[in-house]
Parts: sequence; C-alpha cells; structure tokens
Amino acid sequence: MDSKFFTSYRDPTLAQALVRGIESACQREFRIMEVCGTHTVSLFRSGVRSLLPASLSLVSGPGCPVCVTDQRDIDGFIALSRQERTTIATFGDLMRVPGTKSSLAEERARGADVRMVYSPLDALKIARDSSHQRVIFLGVGFETTAPAIAAAIMAAQQEKLTNFFVYSAHKLVSPALEKLMAISGVHIDGFLLPGHVSVIIGTNAYEPFVEKFKVPSVIAGFEPVDLLEAIHRLVIQLKQGEVRLENAYPRAVTDDGNPAAQKLLDDVFDVQDTEWRGLGSMPKSGLKIKDAFQQFDAEKVFSIEVPKTSVASGCCCGEILTGRKIPADCMLYRKSCTPTHPVGPCMVSSEGTCAAFYRYGGEMQ
Amino acid sequence: MKSDTILLDHGSGGKISHDFVTETLVPLFDNPMLSQLHDGATVTVNGTRLAFSTDSFVVDPIFFPGGNIGDLAVNGTVNDLAMCGAIPRYLSAGLIIEEGFPMASLRQILTSMKVAAKTAGVHIVTGDTKVVPRGAADKIFINTAGIGEVPKDVTISGDRARPEDCIILSGTLADHGMTVLNQRENLAFESQVASDTAALNHLVAKMLAVCPDIHVLRDPTRGGLATALNEVAMAAGVGIEIQEGAIPIKSDVAGMCGLLGIDPLYVANEGKLFAMVPAASVEAVLDCMRKDPLGKAAAIIGAVVTDHPASVYMKTEIGGTRIVQMLAGDQLPRIC
Repeated sequence: MDSKFFTSYRDPTLAQALVRGIESACQREFRIMEVCGTHTVSLFRSGVRSLLPASLSLVSGPGCPVCVTDQRDIDGFIALSRQERTTIATFGDLMRVPGTKSSLAEERARGADVRMVYSPLDALKIARDSSHQRVIFLGVGFETTAPAIAAAIMAAQQEKLTNFFVYSAHKLVSPALEKLMAISGVHIDGFLLPGHVSVIIGTNAYEPFVEKFKVPSVIAGFEPVDLLEAIHRLVIQLKQGEVRLENAYPRAVTDDGNPAAQKLLDDVFDVQDTEWRGLGSMPKSGLKIKDAFQQFDAEKVFSIEVPKTSVASGCCCGEILTGRKIPADCMLYRKSCTPTHPVGPCMVSSEGTCAAFYRYGGEMQ
Repeated sequence: MKSDTILLDHGSGGKISHDFVTETLVPLFDNPMLSQLHDGATVTVNGTRLAFSTDSFVVDPIFFPGGNIGDLAVNGTVNDLAMCGAIPRYLSAGLIIEEGFPMASLRQILTSMKVAAKTAGVHIVTGDTKVVPRGAADKIFINTAGIGEVPKDVTISGDRARPEDCIILSGTLADHGMTVLNQRENLAFESQVASDTAALNHLVAKMLAVCPDIHVLRDPTRGGLATALNEVAMAAGVGIEIQEGAIPIKSDVAGMCGLLGIDPLYVANEGKLFAMVPAASVEAVLDCMRKDPLGKAAAIIGAVVTDHPASVYMKTEIGGTRIVQMLAGDQLPRIC
C-alpha cells in the first residue's frame, strides 16, 4: 500500500481550513451523532475531537457491533464454547466481552477451544482441517461483515462440510436509526453515517430515513480530513436549516452499494426481528440464517441452555449507545468499569464508546 | 469482573501485566532493586555495579522474516541490559523443548543464538536443556538471563526523566509485532516487512560516549512505545508530549495497522530504543545514532514536560491532541 494515498486525507492545512469552516458554522449548539464505532475511535485517535468548537457535541451511536449484541447472545456464545468437541472461531473483539458470569477469554483459560480469526474463511479452514471438531463461527457485525459470512456458509454448502456452523447475531443499521429517533430523550441534530456499511448498502438505502425524520445526514470516511469534511457539510446544513443526505465518502460509497454483497445477504439470510442491547427488540433489524441453510445454523443445530441473563447493575451501556448519556455520566465508568475489568461491552470492545473515552481521555475534551 | 484464572492478558506487557507485577510480584519479593521496575535490575557487588536481567521467549511462529526465536532470545536480554546503560557480558540460555521437535530446526536456532551473541559481543556461559512431552510446550521456549557491567559515570533509570529532556526514537515502529502477526495468522499481506530484532548495546555505547548523562533508555517491546512512555512518565512523575508526525513508521506497516485497526504505538519492537536526553546534547546524540545502521532513521519524537504529570499526550498529524495510555490488554483486531 502506498502511504502517499493517505497523505492528503491527513493534511494539516486542509484539516485546519475545515476546522475554521466548522467553527464559523457553529454559531449555536449542535449535537451530532457518529453512528459507527470506527468513527468514534478515528475521531479521538486523529485528534479531530480536540479541534472542534465547544458548541458542537459529538455523541456516539449504536454502531459498535459487539456493544449492541444482546447479553443473551453473549451468554449463548459462552455456553457453546463449553460443549465437547467444539471450536469457537471469533473475531477478536468478542474475546473479552463479559457475559453474565464469564467471558470467552476466561472460558479459553479454563480449557475451551476458542480461536481468534480474521475472516470467516479462516473458520472454514479450521473446519476442513479438523473434521472431528464442530467449528462454530460467531457472526457479529453489520452489513459490512455479514456478506463474507454468507459467502463462508455458501462455500461450506458447496464443500458439503458437516462440521461448520454460524451463530448469526448480525444486525442492520437503518432500522436502528429509525428506532433511535423514536426513543424519548434522544435529541440529535444530524447524523454522521457509517462509511463501511454504506459501501455495501449504498446511499439510496438511507433516503427513506432522511425523508421520514427530516434529519441532516452525511456519509463519512475514516481519515481525519474525511471526518472533518463530513462534519463541515453537516454543520453547514444545520446552519442553513437544510435537510439532505450527502455522500462525503464518494471514493468508496456509491448510490446503489455493492450488489454482489447484497445478493449474498439475500441468498443466505432472512431479515428478522432481533434484540439489541440498549435499544430493545426491533422489527426487521437482524439477519438470521435461511431455512435452506439451517444445517449451518448453530442456534438451530445446538440446543444450548442459556441461564437467565442479566446486565450488570448500574451499567449505562444502553443509554450510551443511544446518545442519551456519555460515559462520564455512568457511575461505574473509570471506577469499577475499566478496560482491564470491563463491566459492559462498551468498555471492552476496541470500538466501544466507553473504551474510546477511557483510552483517549474523552471526558477531558 | 476480576478474573480468578490467568489470562493471556496477564502476559501481554500492558496494564494487566503491569498491575500483576506491581500488585502481586513486587510486594511478595519486596526489595528496592525490583521496585524500580526497570528492564533489568542494577545491583552493586563489592563496589562494582552490575545489571542483571532475564526474559523468556515463547514467540509463535519460531521462524519469521528477519529472525527466529534464537536471535530474539539473545538480543532481548542484551537489550534489557543495554537499557540499564550496562555493557552486556555473559548470558545463560535455558531451552524447553517439546518432544518430537526437529533437530535441524534446533540447530538452526542455536546457530542464530551463536551469531547473535557474537554480534553483541557476549558469551553464553551456562545453560540448561529440558524436554517435555508432546503437547506440554509449543515447539520450543527459550529463557535467557544476562549480566553486564554499568560504567561508573552512567545512571540510567526511568525516574530520571526531567522536564525539557528530548525524546529520541532510534527507528521505525511496529516492524516486529506486525511481522509476527502477519506470519502467525497467515494474513497474506504481500509485504517486505521483517522483524527488527537486533542487539542495541553497541548503539547505546556510542550514545553514552557522546552523552554519558542520558537520563532514560528503554526498548519498547511488548506493550509498545505507548506503554513504555507511560511507565517512564509514572516513574518520574513527569508529563510526556510526542508528535505523531515525527514518529518513523514504514508505509506497509502503517497500512497493515490501519487495515486491522491496530495502533502501532502499542505494537512490539525488538530492535528499537528511545532515549531521554538533556536538550543540550540531543543533536550530538542524534547525529551519532544516525551514523549507526541501527539508528539511521532516528528522530526526535517529543519532549518531557512539566504539564500533566504521569501522563503522555500526542500532537496528532492534523494538529489535534490526544492522550496516549498504557495498553490495557493485547490489541484485538476490530470487526469492521
């Protein structure tokens, strides 16, 4: 990869000019939400947050996939890891997420076969290489990661693998945005929409949302100048009292998105109601494996008993994921809840709002 | 949720490791040399100051571009001694080998140890070999310990960092950690990146010849630059400010880190050091470092300050500011 590719997206002169533009547009208080967890981290890590005027509040949304995964699913993952002849394959983010009584990292320390993978195709390889083991891939993520998992399920079918399974806890972004707007106490002037998800679903997917709720929305990339450009466009709309959907990440996002990835999702998954941490049950917001592929569906193949789940008392992850609170408002933050000993998933996932605030001193900005 | 079992994070070199050392080991073995928490202990024997250090090597894979577990084990302990300002002299080597390990691989590793020791100018003078049943260890683990002599006029310690010291980094960040990750996880990045494993004692000797009053030397191994800088900031009760744009990093390493969501500030290095040097001597030290092959990309990356004691801040490329904390646990690649 050529590092020069990034240079213009990290150009200090360009960044400072955009900051000045944002400052001059923010003559009154605006509250905007970055929906995506990767944006939350980029905004801190690049120092963008430290450059924004005090009148502009950025709140994080429900876009960290690990954070919005329901506690029942987390406990289900842990229960699966305790089964005989079972290998759990998971993205790294999930390893330390606390369930009601344990975490995958703790189960591994006690002898469970839990492996961190970088792609569902790695999990397929484990299944191919160890036919005596039942390999369960934990499918957590949004439209971004789900197509690769759909492709892995199709490959498993073609190869007639009988020891590969997926627990699908995938979620869709658009229904979450709609639900968010309907929650009492949520006040958001504009949205920074997620770049990676938009690569798959395209700008058109957001048109009904923007039309229905009349909320300015801009799709953003991940480099500092991408983020500042998107914020600039958003505050200009707010200043001028306009409402539209804009694409500030056109080098990656098209109107229609990625049709091949969308077809994979349609072929393998059904859109169903699902439970979100912090947002509750939402209609048509999750992806479950179609009956035609049910032999790969870990939830159907394995009868796991999940003990009664509970969210730790005092944990504000729900309010934080909906922008109603910031981490510093939580009684547990920095006291009993730290990245070393996380209470809720927002503290453990690298993209969680609480972890980002903790790591980058968010409450000081 | 406190864990009642040992997790991989306890050995990650980050905050969980740090807490384990300070809360469990230091109180148990309580003595002033251990409490300094330096890379090695400095002890005085009959008026002679000796640096003494040990390290265990469990890297997977055992062979990787740029080196193998053998030269890593020699260089690691040599560097721990060099970071005390010592001239490394003698090493021990303890081998723990899994039954069935190929003799040819063992010979290759031992040969690398011999070459690394020769390059560093140390002798491996004692050792031990244990073989454990198949499955009781992963291929081969190596422990090395070493002693070195600390010159009379040299006092290097984390608590000696002083406001206005300049911070010099000897070269590019994150080469070793990203090389090993790429190999271990078969990430198939088409990259020429290789481990930076190297003995830094000769470079340190040249730096000390130019400026015997170097205050701090550290090799940012596990936990990376961020964790080592935080340890120094806490030990000396000073603030540290670094400049993101001044930190050397190879473009393909930066690209790999970007794709995986990994912050290079927390990735392990095995042949890099940072020095905290009085401002008056910084140009001379930098000049001498750049003449050495292991310091040719050396750069001033920041300074010690009086503000925000015990904390590290970074000026980002675009002119923003952010705090840089210790590693909490091993970095986990992100989902999306």
